[in-house]
Amino acid sequence: MGDPITAISLWLDGLLAGWGLAPALIIVIKALLGVGALATAVLLVDIFLVWVERKVVARFQDRLGPNRLGPFGLIQPFADVIKLLIKEDITPVGADRIVYNLAPIMALATVLLLWAVIPLAPTVVGTDVNVGVLYIVGVGALGTLGIIMAGWASNNKYALIGAFRTVAQMVSYEVPMVIALLVPVLLARSMGINSIVNAQDSYWFILVAPIAFLLTLITSIAELGRAPFDLVEAESEIVAGFHIEYTGMKFGLFYAGELLHALTLSGIVASLFLGGWRGPGAESFPLLGIVYFFAKAFFLYWVIMWVKYSLPRIRIDQMLNLNWKFLTPLSLVVLVVTALLDKALVGVQPWVYVLVLLAANLVIAWVTLQILRSRARKERQRVAEPRPIARPPAAPVSSQGA
Amino acid sequence: MLIEYLPIAILLVISTGLAALIVWIGNTFGPRRPTLRKSLPYESGMNPIGPGTRRMPVRFYLVAVLFILFDIEVVFFLPWAIVFRQLGLFGLIEMFVFIFILLVGYVYAWKKGALEWE
Repeated sequence: MGDPITAISLWLDGLLAGWGLAPALIIVIKALLGVGALATAVLLVDIFLVWVERKVVARFQDRLGPNRLGPFGLIQPFADVIKLLIKEDITPVGADRIVYNLAPIMALATVLLLWAVIPLAPTVVGTDVNVGVLYIVGVGALGTLGIIMAGWASNNKYALIGAFRTVAQMVSYEVPMVIALLVPVLLARSMGINSIVNAQDSYWFILVAPIAFLLTLITSIAELGRAPFDLVEAESEIVAGFHIEYTGMKFGLFYAGELLHALTLSGIVASLFLGGWRGPGAESFPLLGIVYFFAKAFFLYWVIMWVKYSLPRIRIDQMLNLNWKFLTPLSLVVLVVTALLDKALVGVQPWVYVLVLLAANLVIAWVTLQILRSRARKERQRVAEPRPIARPPAAPVSSQGA
Repeated sequence: MLIEYLPIAILLVISTGLAALIVWIGNTFGPRRPTLRKSLPYESGMNPIGPGTRRMPVRFYLVAVLFILFDIEVVFFLPWAIVFRQLGLFGLIEMFVFIFILLVGYVYAWKKGALEWE
């Protein structure tokens, strides 16, 4: 009774074959059942995430959060959903109706699609495609498209500015993200997510690629459009950005999609760098792997929320400078150094390999911090210099008749 | 194998269908009392001036072009990262030449001021 998932799968095989169905049909039915269960479970977790979000933000802001409906306010998100469902559905004048209605669908559906390749346990994975990382990058970019569609179709200037900012932000942060994701691909020599998790049997990749881990986490937060990178929906500047015109459940879909996207990216980072479902006893009891996976994913989710509620929003020029002048070169350096050392260290003991790569990462981090420090010093000097003072013109021109 | 993509195709149908169903439920169960004021695009309480979909500042276009440039080059890294153990020293040097060419373009864009946001 070590693996109930495989047992259920085998029992279904026997049952369906007993009904005299064709083998191809059995595969389709099993895929349908598995994927349906996955989608249902993920959406239930998503409703739960609303509660987590409200409860944790309340604690960060020294409040209690929802605590009236059910124990610890656990039924609150269901009340939220019902409230959103019976709100009026407004389409603004002049909106592009098809694109306007398609955008929230796209925002949620693309995030759900990402779960197809995330391994929850050794035997519980939607499908282990051999281009997993490429799939994540590609489908993740579709979510960005949903936001651009929402901003464009709303016929609202604030929403349009939000869409432009999306182009600038989410699209640029994809470059360092892909380069940082290359590091685990290079270490595992595979793009399949489950193969990468399997390659972390003796050590987690965060040990040999801590900088790539941090880069992936930072670019994930930017891809989410969460604070400090929430320029896309900055409340105090462009009111709500791309979803300003959306009401009722369409807004709810964007909200649910964003929360689920955060958990999805946490799960992906956990799979690539923190060993995914790996933990003591996970091989013999696959259901334990689900517990480990969600423990790691929710830890990263909490870190993302911690960052969100602690840091102020950065300006758009700072955001682009951080990406193009800092994260992109740093990710390239990390990739080159990792490739060089991996080539040089063929056939050494694993602990030597880990130590050398860890030391190399620490050296890169130290050099980066030194460069940043000297730049900060120069910037402080520049700011401290006396500024030219505006003086009235030497011969004031009188506008009133002389 | 193409059979590996079957769950993805099913999930695509299920997730799109679920999201569309949710939108439809909201559309059906919500009240429907449209007025002109309510349907106007929000513009801080004023009547909107001019069309909502305007032309895009060229700065955003520049960033998008930079992204396309870098992303296409980065995609070439992915197959290399998988097989670079087998490629030997040649593959490593070849990729460094590629990264060097990428860096030349990067430095050019930086010096030209394409990375500045003014």
